[in-house]
Amino acid sequence: MIITELLGWLSDPDNWFSSTGLLVQTLWHLYYCVLSVLVASIIAMPIGLWIGHTGRGGATVVVLSNSMRALPTLGLVTLFVLLAGIGEAPTLAGLVILAIPAVLSGAYAGVQSVPKDVRDAAKGMGMTPLQQLWQVELPNAAPLLFGGVRTAMLQVVATASVAAYVGLGGLGSILLEGIKTYSYGQTLAAALFIALLAVLLDALLSRLSRILTPRGIRVGRPAAAAGGA
Amino acid sequence: MIDELTHYFSSPSNREVVLESLGQHIYLALVPLVLGALLAVPAGRFAQRVPKVRGVLLGSANILYTIPSLALFVIIPALIGTGATASINVVIALTIYNAALLARPVMEGLDSVPEHIVTAATALGYRSRRRFFAVEVPLALPVLSTSLRVASVSNVSLVSVGALIGIGGLGRLFTDGFQRDYLTPILIGVVLTLLLAMAGDLLIVALRRLCTPWQRATSGGR
Repeated sequence: MIITELLGWLSDPDNWFSSTGLLVQTLWHLYYCVLSVLVASIIAMPIGLWIGHTGRGGATVVVLSNSMRALPTLGLVTLFVLLAGIGEAPTLAGLVILAIPAVLSGAYAGVQSVPKDVRDAAKGMGMTPLQQLWQVELPNAAPLLFGGVRTAMLQVVATASVAAYVGLGGLGSILLEGIKTYSYGQTLAAALFIALLAVLLDALLSRLSRILTPRGIRVGRPAAAAGGA
Repeated sequence: MIDELTHYFSSPSNREVVLESLGQHIYLALVPLVLGALLAVPAGRFAQRVPKVRGVLLGSANILYTIPSLALFVIIPALIGTGATASINVVIALTIYNAALLARPVMEGLDSVPEHIVTAATALGYRSRRRFFAVEVPLALPVLSTSLRVASVSNVSLVSVGALIGIGGLGRLFTDGFQRDYLTPILIGVVLTLLLAMAGDLLIVALRRLCTPWQRATSGGR
């Protein structure tokens, strides 16, 4: 019966192709997520790499990323919007803030994981600190670095769905509208699309990380634990 | 701020809502943790012994853990036919996350038990089931408890998302506060969620210390 509701909703082309339909909202969802993670990476990656390189402030990064796990995203999103006002920009800023700790700790952990003799060798060859970071530590850090980006992306895909509650578009808005109008087929269709988007994005990033990781260190290292939110 | 708080708590109905939500939140976070662990231990044990199962289990656990909570809360009733706003949906969804999260550490924890200890236990006459519960599981606890902490903290934060489908403990304070444009309940909800996460974390650390006395005796490890 639920399946028939789902198929019934999906069989209406309007639900796919209208300006608030599945396809357009999937693109919006994707856009919000990629944008947030990109901005978060631009902010957090250099900081994380530098903290990993110097070793200073590492404890703060670990505490920050651990305590982020405890924060209720729905609470943050509603709080943020009441304080900063309804609209895309404040909500997106919230997503960026949520994505930062994962990227930061991934970059930090990546550089930290570089074996000490490798760093010593780089230093011994007369590399400047920036050269060490760019040519030696960054490539070696790649697997964990991308692990952080993947975690951030999953977190943001999930939170963007929740943020539809405060007016952000995307697949979450279809889902919540379905709940409001007791249209279970619609709700389920949106939920399936959100799940699919998350799984596909994660697979894509995993693929990308493998391509961008230098071949020499490409030995099946496990990605950092993902964080569904 | 203090004024706002005293004002909010001066209303008996507000106090009741907060207490009720808190109780529900604890229930919704705790039950899946216990169920998830109960599922992960036998599954992890089985997978640890059978390499083929290991890959399949780890792969599916990864995928399950990737699915956003709001989506899972909605997909579950479709799969098992529960009502769309039944709290069992949240319990099942979080149980799935916890089992998925704990499957790997159960395997790694059991892997980390030195082979000679297992052999010694066998030589002492332990049958496999008793050996598993009395020797292997306790020795795997340090590895396992780290992931239990992650699972408990993320449960506490995820439960509130349930408010969007009409269940969700402290999440109710967020939706109420948002609809009434009222900051105080939202802040109370965020703070209580954080305190709850911290309390659960400390509880697991304490339980772990209690259950692994040999660690303190030998290395003073955390």
